[in-house]
Amino acid sequence: MTEQPPTFRWVGQRPVRPDGEDKVTGRAAFAADFTLPGLLQGAVLRSPHAHARIVRVDTSRALDVPGVKAVITAADFPDIPDELASNNGGPPDFQDLSDNIMARHKVLYEGHPVAAVAATSMEAARRGLAAIEVEYEVLPHVINVLDAMAEDAPVLHEDMRTKGIRPAPEQPSNIASRHEQLLGDPDSAMADADVVLQREFTTAPVHQGYIELHACTVRTNADGHADIWCSSQGQFMVRAYTARLLDMPLSKIRVFPLEIGGGFGGKTTIYLEPLALLLSRKSGRPVKMQMDRQEVFRASGPTSGSYITMKIAARRDGTITAVDGTLCYQAGAYAGSPVKLGCMTAFAPYDIPHSRLVGYDLVSNRPKAAAYRAPGAPMASFAAESLIDLLARELDMDPIELRLKNAATIGTQTAYGPKFREIGYVETLKAARNHPHLKEPLGPNQGRGIASGFWFNIGGQSSARVSINEDGTAVVTTANPDIGGSRASMAIMAAEVLGIDVAHVQPLIADTDSSAYSDLTGGSRVTFAIGMAVSEAAQHVVDILRERAALLWDVDVERVEWHDGRAESVVNGEQSRLSLKELAASSAKTGGPISHQATINAKGAGPGFATHICDVEVDPDTGYTKVLRYTAIQDVGRAIHPSYVEGQMQGGAAQGIGWALNEAYVYDDEGHLQNPGFLDYRMPVASDLPMLDTVIIEVPNPKHPFGVRGVGEVPIVPPLAAVANAIARATGKRFTDLPISPERIVGLK
Amino acid sequence: MTRYLTPDTAEQASAQLARLDDARILAGGTDLLTRLNTGTPAPAAIIDIKRIDETTTIREEDGGWIIGAAVSGAALGEHTVLKAVWPGVVEAANLIGSTQIQSRATLGGNLCNASPAADAVPALIAAGARCLIAGPEGRRDVAVEEIVTGPGQTSLGRGEFVIGFRLPARPPRSGDAYLRMIPRTEMDIAVAGAGVSLTLDEDDYIVDARVALGAVASTQLLAQEAAALLTGRRPDDSVLPDFQRAVQSICRPISDKRGTAGYRSHVAGVLAGRAAGIAWNRARQAGRAHEEE
Amino acid sequence: MSKLHVTSRINGEPTEFLCEAQEVLLHTLRDTLGLTGTKEGCATGDCGACTVLLDGRPVCSCLVLAAETQDADVETIESMASAEGLHPLQQQFLEQAALQCGICTPGFLVAAKALLDENPDPTEEQARYYLAGNLCRCTGYDKIIRAVLDAARQIREQNREVESA
Repeated sequence: MTEQPPTFRWVGQRPVRPDGEDKVTGRAAFAADFTLPGLLQGAVLRSPHAHARIVRVDTSRALDVPGVKAVITAADFPDIPDELASNNGGPPDFQDLSDNIMARHKVLYEGHPVAAVAATSMEAARRGLAAIEVEYEVLPHVINVLDAMAEDAPVLHEDMRTKGIRPAPEQPSNIASRHEQLLGDPDSAMADADVVLQREFTTAPVHQGYIELHACTVRTNADGHADIWCSSQGQFMVRAYTARLLDMPLSKIRVFPLEIGGGFGGKTTIYLEPLALLLSRKSGRPVKMQMDRQEVFRASGPTSGSYITMKIAARRDGTITAVDGTLCYQAGAYAGSPVKLGCMTAFAPYDIPHSRLVGYDLVSNRPKAAAYRAPGAPMASFAAESLIDLLARELDMDPIELRLKNAATIGTQTAYGPKFREIGYVETLKAARNHPHLKEPLGPNQGRGIASGFWFNIGGQSSARVSINEDGTAVVTTANPDIGGSRASMAIMAAEVLGIDVAHVQPLIADTDSSAYSDLTGGSRVTFAIGMAVSEAAQHVVDILRERAALLWDVDVERVEWHDGRAESVVNGEQSRLSLKELAASSAKTGGPISHQATINAKGAGPGFATHICDVEVDPDTGYTKVLRYTAIQDVGRAIHPSYVEGQMQGGAAQGIGWALNEAYVYDDEGHLQNPGFLDYRMPVASDLPMLDTVIIEVPNPKHPFGVRGVGEVPIVPPLAAVANAIARATGKRFTDLPISPERIVGLK
Repeated sequence: MTRYLTPDTAEQASAQLARLDDARILAGGTDLLTRLNTGTPAPAAIIDIKRIDETTTIREEDGGWIIGAAVSGAALGEHTVLKAVWPGVVEAANLIGSTQIQSRATLGGNLCNASPAADAVPALIAAGARCLIAGPEGRRDVAVEEIVTGPGQTSLGRGEFVIGFRLPARPPRSGDAYLRMIPRTEMDIAVAGAGVSLTLDEDDYIVDARVALGAVASTQLLAQEAAALLTGRRPDDSVLPDFQRAVQSICRPISDKRGTAGYRSHVAGVLAGRAAGIAWNRARQAGRAHEEE
Repeated sequence: MSKLHVTSRINGEPTEFLCEAQEVLLHTLRDTLGLTGTKEGCATGDCGACTVLLDGRPVCSCLVLAAETQDADVETIESMASAEGLHPLQQQFLEQAALQCGICTPGFLVAAKALLDENPDPTEEQARYYLAGNLCRCTGYDKIIRAVLDAARQIREQNREVESA
């Protein structure tokens, strides 16, 4: 094996993204931009109550409203037999998903759909909704984590028995499951430690906050086929979920992916597509549906709020010996929070021999949580990294040195299972230690926080096709929505393997009938796993090209090499070359079009680590926190297109800063969401942030042809604690409840 | 079905407003259209007052200023003379919303939307502004603090609407300022706000003070007793703690999604103290500029 | 007739359309005129995705009645590039990777154009405050602000070349 760093022609360059011009000119078609002749507008009637039994839904008068063409309720959805409710043993539970998009017997949160109409105009649709009569029996509701766990809490699901407890409880509760992750003997280690610190932490549910509203258009044919145009994180996911919920064969549904205006995990599930499909089927017309922003906040997934108690034990020299904690995550109305991932990621950056983390998955009268960037990790990491900062203060150690002393490295046994292979956590810490940010002086009321974070990164089922055009240019067809520039990365990787100009590679995202299956875009898997498929397909195309050249030269293919986009061989004693362009032009003579589709189940994703540095200034009189400086350092394995890698790091940091300082779901006593809009759901605006500096570390993932690990999730993990640790040092007060709002800092209720 | 009306005169507008049930005045539209877009049924008529000349102009009159009710925040901010004389009023108006909102939002709308948190209103009240009202019975003017009677409620009669504001003539050594607290830097509604207008004597002692508060009660508050503490003083540590306590003592806020009651009262005092300092410095500078002329 | 007949100038072209009295410009642009480059993100004036220029000033087209544009000039993202090519802002957004998903991009570009029309040499802080009404959830704003400041520099240099030529 050579130790020489690889040299690349395109990998690491920053070409303009292929879909860029459409996006700066307004031509790119997002979900709501699509239209069809004869389109009806769909709209959803939503529950005004946080928790109620549906006594009666009468839709008869809605159909009398002029312009209303179809009305649906839960009665139009098939029941899903238990054996079909699970997704190959994993989430989602399809009966829950069905109930979530159209309530059957009970409404479980304000905004829960109870009916939908399609009409010739939005006005008519609204009048149609107003004509639907729903009789509710309002039930007591529960919003907050600890309230939901209380003995006398209102129970959302009468059949919910906590999983993961032996023997199974006889009584129903709001605790969907218990998960325990144990390594070593934490109790003994705690008893033997020099220092033990313990704190309680809470985090508020926060929304992914994509700017694009959920929208779709569905057209059904008399023969039972349905075409769906929508934006999502996976067209195959939309097809599979819609088919399962409506008991349709997959082959009857074709999903066309439109540009996606942000997802961050929130578009890894469906809300509108089955509704629009049923409305289209009933009306015989195509139906378009779009949520408004209030509906997005009320009824699409935020991530879990959490309540965490965490204990950390160390020796006087800074060696962390044990951790012990309980994590309670809100799943919203149906089971399925990412609490297990919280347990797995919390202390993953550290080599800690003894740990016990217990997770509880809780339901309450809130919208069902959806994935949000590194699902489950930021809240757990907030607790873990706050405690490590406290430990550094307690031991009077530099927070980076303390982390270095305990940093996971190759061979470290993780608490959740495997041993780490090549990882770059230590490299991020060393880069932080040497970064000029640390030498910037701090003034009064200013403080500096350090925090680290981890995400697994994932592989999964992936497909990609590389086809050579007659003129020697290439088309790369993948089936994964491009959520932040991945088309540019695919083009770069294909160009690198083929040895042609990246400008001659056109990436394309196919619909479900035009490509083999691919898992959805998420988990920081696309550049890794789809990139692997693209590389494999391109490599196979190179092999075909070599065969074609061998044929033309009448030499053995083994004697044909591929360099810089050309076949090379010694033919009749002379060095001969055939460019890709020449081979493409002669393809008719050598066996026809040149193309290959690679289908893989990608293994070997490389874990990602990040360390962030945050400086804040806190106004002690008003409690206002200003972020002064921010540096995000991350091991990405290999940056295919560094600009989009930096963009992921910056975007994740900004979302994490919002999570730390201002963002929260606020409910009143009736269980009504008080801030379902961008005015009062306070996401960071341009003037709230400084430039977000980035340092890309490249410790290549040996399992990927270019060394890619994945980028998108890790950068949202450290900021919560980085901000909190900075505020702690600026104010001398430790805040363990997020958001750290001005009134919390001033301490006034 | 909604009608869209564009009267050319105040008289036409008030006649339409009086005649039609459920008619709404449209100035910048940033509150009205937000409500219509989020489910409030459209009114029977929308009366756009921006074609009435006097609602969209700024002019000097008797040493004071007349500002049309439908002048946009952006236009106020671009009026350098007005901004020099009443920086607090203009900066309060300019705090409303984003650049895009500033292109549309108006003083008239900010007042008549009757939100306790309206940014321009405490500054106008502190400035001693009067509200010019057109109605079926003719015109009248009242102090700005007389208009809002509660959240979403005004003292305007049927057919009446605000056509403009009069800012009084300014003694030379005067200055004003408005500060608000929001958790972000932009795009939020005030958690608390404070407007202060001061006039100084030759030795920089305050001879006249008006202080108004926003978002700490169901209407904006004129803090007369707190303001009186400033008279005869400079805004330094000898008076500011008492002044801040006096401000805090009259606050009657609620706790809601935007902030807690205790925090609102606390921060209203902090802001009033800081605004007094800014207004005082501006008054001194205005005085010096006046002497140099 | 139940609809209003409005004549305005949209992207330089005299344009007639019919609208309801309470219809906002955003919906007229997107649904009646097919100008879907203007995006809806909130309909409450809080995200800026629907920013257009109305008589040269940036506005949220969700908070303007279509009827209010009678005799007015409306410019949307569709008019930003010319036959000669992309506007320097568009070019800088591409080169600096100032967009990820791209849904906020049209609104940012239109607002940034208004900024540079008003202030050819903004500071970073001025650009950040001017653009605070445009939400971006992907980028953390860093690359957007850099692209705007670099486009400003590029336009100033172009103007200097024109002047000295």
